[in-house]
Amino acid sequence: MSDTGGNGYEPKIVAFLCRWCSYAGADLAGVSRLIYPPNVIPMRVNCSGRVDAGMVTEVLAKGADGVLIGGCHPGDCHYVNGNYKTRRRVQLLKAALEQAGVNPERVHLEWISASEGGKFQKTVEGFTKKVQELGPSPVGCDD
Amino acid sequence: MNIKRTVDTEAVADSLREYDDVVFTTDYDYMCSDPGQRMVREAIAAHRLDGVVVAACSPSMHEPTFRSAAIDAGMNPYLCEMANIREQCSWVHEDRARATEKAIRISQLTVEKVRGNVPLEPILVDHSEKCLVIGGGISGIQAALDVAESGFDVILVEKEPSIGGHMAQLSETFPTLDCSQCILTPKMVEVSRHPNITLMTYSEVEEVSGYIGNFRVRIRKNPTYVDPEKCNLCGDCVDVCPQSVPSVFEQGLVERKAIYIPFRQAIPSSYTLDEHTCLGLHPLRCEECFKVCEPKAIDFDMHPEIIEVDIGAIIVATGYELLPLTSLPEYGGGRIPDVIDGLTFERLLSASGPTGGEVRRLSDGKIPKKIVFVQCAGSRDPELHNSWCSKMCCMYTAKHSLLYSHAVPDSEAVVFYIDIRAGGKGYEEFIQHVIEEERILYIRGKVARIYQENGKIVVWGVDTLSNERMEVEADMVVLATSTEPHPTAKALAQRLKISCGGEGFYKEAHPKLRPVDSLTAGIFLAGAGQGPKDIPEAVAQGSGAAAKAVALLSKEKLIHPPEVASINEVICGGCSVCVSMCPYEAISISEAGVAEVNEVLCEGCGTCVSACPTGAAQLKNLTDVQLFQMIEAALLDV
Repeated sequence: MSDTGGNGYEPKIVAFLCRWCSYAGADLAGVSRLIYPPNVIPMRVNCSGRVDAGMVTEVLAKGADGVLIGGCHPGDCHYVNGNYKTRRRVQLLKAALEQAGVNPERVHLEWISASEGGKFQKTVEGFTKKVQELGPSPVGCDD
Repeated sequence: MNIKRTVDTEAVADSLREYDDVVFTTDYDYMCSDPGQRMVREAIAAHRLDGVVVAACSPSMHEPTFRSAAIDAGMNPYLCEMANIREQCSWVHEDRARATEKAIRISQLTVEKVRGNVPLEPILVDHSEKCLVIGGGISGIQAALDVAESGFDVILVEKEPSIGGHMAQLSETFPTLDCSQCILTPKMVEVSRHPNITLMTYSEVEEVSGYIGNFRVRIRKNPTYVDPEKCNLCGDCVDVCPQSVPSVFEQGLVERKAIYIPFRQAIPSSYTLDEHTCLGLHPLRCEECFKVCEPKAIDFDMHPEIIEVDIGAIIVATGYELLPLTSLPEYGGGRIPDVIDGLTFERLLSASGPTGGEVRRLSDGKIPKKIVFVQCAGSRDPELHNSWCSKMCCMYTAKHSLLYSHAVPDSEAVVFYIDIRAGGKGYEEFIQHVIEEERILYIRGKVARIYQENGKIVVWGVDTLSNERMEVEADMVVLATSTEPHPTAKALAQRLKISCGGEGFYKEAHPKLRPVDSLTAGIFLAGAGQGPKDIPEAVAQGSGAAAKAVALLSKEKLIHPPEVASINEVICGGCSVCVSMCPYEAISISEAGVAEVNEVLCEGCGTCVSACPTGAAQLKNLTDVQLFQMIEAALLDV
C-alpha cells in the first residue's frame, strides 16, 4: 500500500503553492508524469506572501503532520517581493513552533519555479519522507 | 478520461453527493468537450446553481472554458472553480485508492472555496497602446514591423550599436542560398524609416514594473558620442583612431577601432565611440577623431539617457549566442587557431567579410584544401555540455560544406554527424543534394578529440556505422557549436518576471498551445531566446508574438481580475501595516482613518491580508474564513 517506504506511517501534509511559480511547477510535474507520493494536498494561493502563521497553525491544529509552502525563487516573485516576506515570516513561525513544542521541521519552505517540475517532485518526496520520520504530529484535534 | 486510469471519478462524485450545499454531482469522461460544457450549463439552469466545481485538469488549462460556460448559463463566472485532480493528482500517482482519496480531498476543499465565493464583476482598466520589443535580430525586427504596421507605436530596444543580430553576419542562407544581408537589410531600413517605430540602439532595459497593459519600463540609452543626424559616414575618424579591439561582428577575425561602425549596412547608419576601448573620455586623453570630423558629429559630452515609458505589451526577442570555443578543449577550441565555429566560417564565406569571401586559414592565411565539419559540438551531449539539439546546425553545416567546395574547387569537405535533422521545407532535399550531387563526404560518427600533429589538425573519432576508428587530417575544422540563450537573458527574465527553463531559454506558457506567450500576461516571446530556431521559425514566431501583442493593444479596456484585497472598515484600526506591505502602493489611509484599496492597482497577492493584525484586510474569494474551511475540508476523514 505504502509508496513512501520507511516506517509505513502515511503523513498528512497540506501544501500552499503560489500560483505563478510553485503551482505551475507542480502542474509541470504532472504534465511530465513525474510520480510522487500522494500525501500532499495542494492548495493554490496567489503568492507565498499570502501564507500567514494562522494558516499554518490551523493546518497543524486540524490534524496535518506537515505544511509545505512553495514560492518563487528570490528575485522572481510575480508580486515583486512577497517571497521575501514569507521567508522572514516562516523563520519567525518556526521559532514560535519550537517554543510551543512542535518540531519546526514540520514546516518547510521551498522555492520552486514554473519550470522545475522535477524539483517539485523531489521536494514532495523529501518532505513526505521527513514528516514520515517525524511521525504523527503531537498537535491536532485528536490529541 | 486520462484521469480515470488512476482516480475513481465516480467515487469522487459520490463522495460529494452528501456534502453541504451540494445538490447535483455527476461524472463525465470529457468535461471540457462541447457536451461536457453543455452539462454544466444545463445543471446550472436546472438546479439554479450559485456555485460550480469542475474536478478535472489544472485551472490554468480550462478555468476560462468553464467560467465562460457559467456566463452562458447566467451564473456569475467567479462562482465557478476547478479542482485540479489531473496534473496534481492522477498524472503523478500510481496507487488508485490513495489517488482517489486525494482527489476527493482536493474536490472537497474546492467546494468549500466555492461555498465562500461571492459574485464579482471584472474591473475594467485603461491601458497603454505602446509595444516594447527587446532585441533587434530578425525575430524582433519582424515583430516590430508587424506591430507597427497594425498602427501601434513600437519601441525597439537593441543593446548593440546596430540592429540585425546574427542574421547580419551570415553569408548565404539555407536551403535557398539567398544572400542573408540582401534579404535582411531592406527590413532593417524599413525599421528605421517606419513612422510608428522608435529605434533605440545601444540601449538596455533596466527596470520593468507594472503589469499587462500598464508596464512601466526604464530604458538606458548609452552614449555613442556621435550624433547620427550629423555623421556622414566618411570614416575619417576611424583612420586616426589609435585604439583597437577584436571586432565582435567579424568574430574577432579583424580588429575594429574604438570609434567604429559594426558593418557597412548598420542601422542606424552612424559611428559609435566605444568608451571602454577609447584612450579615455573623462578626462579626455585624445581627440583625434573630433579634430578630423568635418560635420562636427562627435560630442564627448553625451551622457547616458534614462527614458521611462508606459508600455502595453512587451515582446522579448533576445536571441542566442554560440557556446564559446574555449568550452570545447577536447576539440582544441580556443587553442588551435584553425579550429573555428560556424559564425566565424560565415564571416570567411561572406563577400562583405574580412577576406572578401575567400576561405583562408586564421593561422597563416593559406587556403585550406581540406576542411572537417563537426556537427553537435557541445550539443546533444548531456554529460559534458548541453543536452539539447541546436536545431540549425545540420542545415548550416551542409550549406558550409557546399559553399566551401564551390569556393575552393579542388578541396575536400568531410562532415561528421550523429544524425541529420532536416525537418524544414526543402531541407531534406538540400541535404541530399549536398551529399549526392556535391559529393561531400558524410561520416556518421562522434568526434572524440581534435589535436595538432606535424602541422596538421587531426580529427579523431569513431565511424558508428562501421564501428571503425577514424583519424582524419584537416587544414581547418569548423565546429557547429551549441546554441545557447544570450548571456543576459537570465537577468532580463528576472527584471521582466518571466521564467527560464533549466537550460536558460525563456519558458513559454504552454509548450504546444501557447508557444509565444510567456507565463506573465502581456509579455510575449519571439526567436531563439525561447529555444534554438532557424530564420523562418524566428520570423514566424516574431509575427506570432506581434499578433498576440496587437490583439492585446487593440482592446478598448483590459479586464483586471476582481479577486483583489478589500478592507472591512468596521474593524480596521488604521495601523497602516498593509500600506507598507503592499508592493503596488494600492492601499492608502482614508480621511476616516481606515485603509482603502485602489482596486485597479491591486494585483491580489494577499500580502496585506497576512500582515493585517485585525483581519480587516481580506482577499475577495479567498478570505481567511474560506481558507480555514478549505483546510478543514482537506483534512476531513474520507
